[in-house]
Amino acid sequence: MSEPLLEVRHLKKYFTTPKGLLHAVDDVSFTIEEGKTLGLVGESGCGKSTTGRVILRLHEATDGEVLYRGRNILKLSPREMREMRRKMQIVFQDPYSSLNPRMSVKSLIEESLRQRSRGMSSAEREKKVLNIMDLVGLERRLANSYPHELDGGRRQRIGIARALILEPEFVVLDEPVSALDVCVQAQILNLLMDLQKELKLTYLFISHNLSVVKHISDEIAVMYLGKLVETADHETIFENPKHPYTQALLSAIPIPDPTVHPDRIILEGDVTSPINPLPGCRFRTRCRCAMPVCGEECPELMPNGKSIVACHLYSGTDAKAGQSGGQE
Amino acid sequence: MKPKKEKRYSLAKETFQRLMKNKLAMFGLFVLFVLVLTAIFADQIAPYSYDEMDFLNAYQPPCKGHIFGTDEFGRDIFSRVVYGSRISLKVGFIAVSISVVAGGLLGAVAGYYGGWTDNLIMRAMDVIMSIPATLLAISIAAALGAGLTNLMIATGIASIPTYARIVRASVLGIKEQEFVEAAKAVGTRDFTILCKHILPNCLAPIIVQATLGVAFAILTAAGLSFIGLGIEPPTPEWGAMLSNARTYIRDYSYMCLFPGLAIAITIFSLNVLGDGLRDALDPKLRQ
Amino acid sequence: MNDFLKIEGLTVEYRSGSRRVHAVNDLNLHVGEGEALGFVGETGAGKTTTALSILRILPNPPAKVLSGKVFFKGKDLFQLSDKEMRAIRGEEIAMIFQDPMTSLDPVKTVGDQICEMILLHEHCSKKEAWEKAGDMLETVGIDRDRAEEYPHQFSGGMKQRVVIAIALSCNPSLLIADEPTTALDVTIQAQILELMKKLKREYQSSMIMITHDLGIVAEICDNVAIMYAGGVLEYGSVFDIYKDPQHPYTHALFDSIPDVHRDQDRLKVISGLPPDPTDIPAGCPFHPRCPHCTERCKTEKPEAVYLNETHWVKCFLMQGRGGESHE
Repeated sequence: MSEPLLEVRHLKKYFTTPKGLLHAVDDVSFTIEEGKTLGLVGESGCGKSTTGRVILRLHEATDGEVLYRGRNILKLSPREMREMRRKMQIVFQDPYSSLNPRMSVKSLIEESLRQRSRGMSSAEREKKVLNIMDLVGLERRLANSYPHELDGGRRQRIGIARALILEPEFVVLDEPVSALDVCVQAQILNLLMDLQKELKLTYLFISHNLSVVKHISDEIAVMYLGKLVETADHETIFENPKHPYTQALLSAIPIPDPTVHPDRIILEGDVTSPINPLPGCRFRTRCRCAMPVCGEECPELMPNGKSIVACHLYSGTDAKAGQSGGQE
Repeated sequence: MKPKKEKRYSLAKETFQRLMKNKLAMFGLFVLFVLVLTAIFADQIAPYSYDEMDFLNAYQPPCKGHIFGTDEFGRDIFSRVVYGSRISLKVGFIAVSISVVAGGLLGAVAGYYGGWTDNLIMRAMDVIMSIPATLLAISIAAALGAGLTNLMIATGIASIPTYARIVRASVLGIKEQEFVEAAKAVGTRDFTILCKHILPNCLAPIIVQATLGVAFAILTAAGLSFIGLGIEPPTPEWGAMLSNARTYIRDYSYMCLFPGLAIAITIFSLNVLGDGLRDALDPKLRQ
Repeated sequence: MNDFLKIEGLTVEYRSGSRRVHAVNDLNLHVGEGEALGFVGETGAGKTTTALSILRILPNPPAKVLSGKVFFKGKDLFQLSDKEMRAIRGEEIAMIFQDPMTSLDPVKTVGDQICEMILLHEHCSKKEAWEKAGDMLETVGIDRDRAEEYPHQFSGGMKQRVVIAIALSCNPSLLIADEPTTALDVTIQAQILELMKKLKREYQSSMIMITHDLGIVAEICDNVAIMYAGGVLEYGSVFDIYKDPQHPYTHALFDSIPDVHRDQDRLKVISGLPPDPTDIPAGCPFHPRCPHCTERCKTEKPEAVYLNETHWVKCFLMQGRGGESHE
């Protein structure tokens, strides 16, 4: 087992809103090993993007630790953090709003170099930009184009190039393919996987699309309303989902096969508000296995078989009931 | 795949192409262009000096020697209108520059940092805004005393809040965009982000407002001169000329006709140009 | 075959200045009574434009129908007067739009919005209409007491239910759903799909489902039309298309979805991008990206080849396999 590159411990991010305290990320812990991909899955508003941004300190955390090679980056001074950003980068979801419309492709990719490597001559920079453009599959002739002249796939490649030019070790991919058509999406996924192998990158892949996450991730963490409910390796979570929410999420994926009629678990109601959440398990209002204890106590993440689950079904004596209820 | 035609669009070029289609805006631009030329070459164009008095030929209606006629001191009105364009344009552009720079800076800082900085700046702006702009200009001009410089400062200060508000609103919108976050993620400093990423993207509303603002400044300056707080005679200023001529409006109406027309045409051109620019810069119409 | 809705040679373009966007090119399709047809394709394939032209609500200008006919129950929709067309919209053909957040009027209660639709098309009192609006809300799984609430008091999934209730309030015989679940979360999407399946059984109305998700089509539709660059490349029953896809583009579409039930190392991808709609390649529109492209594909447009009663494909590779030409 390789060293964990990133370790997130009890990370919390609360936002103050007029209606109360919004628990966007509430006591989230996970580790990512070097060279691996952790997929973070959840529905909109579950705090998965906020988690990614808090790790990179684009938002300041309310509490908790983010250890990068053992060093808590939440405690770094602004200067040290600027140095750290070299190693940690992010690719954004929307290839339209994440690129400054007034900058050419070349200057977009080059920008961070200008910021960070002041000693570099412009010829050196140009060479580096062109190299990275080759690497992400952007034609060199596009160097002087503007983002609005390009399609979504190419724009996303610019976003990737911009993140990679500083040669980071760790990249947060925040829904990098959600805004793209299926064929382009497949191209970008392949690119990301190739780059990971070639440059030995570590990914945190944030997405709402389970099939995409399964494809790219080694480990998968499922998030619901600011809390992790289950983590496991990508095979276990699909073959043997433990948490009722994971089960429902998996069964909700439409299967492109007209002969299969899945026994779908339909969740009642909507995601409840993350503002001033009630005590106990946050999923219990929609859970089909809810028990009295779920309203009293918030379940902790506990190892169960090959997975780690936060559900009272698997704590102590109730474990059996949960097993039978959980299988399809 | 067939290689896409390499077309290079810059915002300025694209905007201009769209502006070209708007006939009225092009008329505005043309008039403005003529006006600027007139101001530059006033010495060559004007047949007389603006303060050359000729009491024998006072109160001349438009005739061959004086196509706009002469005023009560026998000064050539045409020459005075020509020289007046210098003052008006100077007042208009410098006053707007004052308010754009000051308002833009305040608005950008308020919008970008938010919180108490925002509150402090914007409440101060609200205080200025609660006084009607013309009235404020009058009080500032009255406090500083008459004169060209004070006139420009007065009109400039009076419209600072307008720009602060516009810039703040667009900064608020743009700073939420992911490319700003992307710049932060690579470790760009706040000041660089503000100058390089945010301000260029709020240029469009500023340009539009500035065009309309020039018109407002010229009008305010004319108004101030009209009530005697602006330019001192004999410097020809359209508002001051109008003010003088009003005494003779019954008998020698041509005396207020020409400076009035000059003001009206300038304001009209600036307004249609501003409207045209607003349409041309509208991102919804961009492809 | 019964011709409930038949589209013949539909060609639509958008004009902006000197640019001409060829959105739909010579499209032929039919939908039977009670049938659910899925329109599948990437962004810009002309799915929504086709739907809007059936309802004659294309923004004109810039859009213009250049040629083609749309027969609905034997009537040519393009020949109808505006008044006749208005009667058909909503009452006979209804549409569900993609974004439930913007397709409801924020200043009217949802009950009023359903009532409005009913009163437009049915002769009944305000009270009866309100009664019926309540029934409709119950049909889509919303408590009838919520009729007096405003759209902002509903969540995204609930709003889409309201939109469906409005669309169904006049018992339309054809329902066009334009990406009805794209803006929703997976678990909410599952709820809406379940609801649509139930309604399809109960109402027996025909449906056109526009989507880019092959999974949704497999669940809801009977037939599929694979659209590319404004035309249909392959058409058939879901079983034929999913079990035995023939067109290289259909293959490519299936290959690019990561399969949750299989472990794959890499996804098979087709290179290139959908064609620029202002400049659609001659011959088969897919030829620049097609791995089996021949000289013939570059110049000649392939005709539909029937592989069985309903399954046809426009590709030269298929010629000689099954009956030539159509009808």
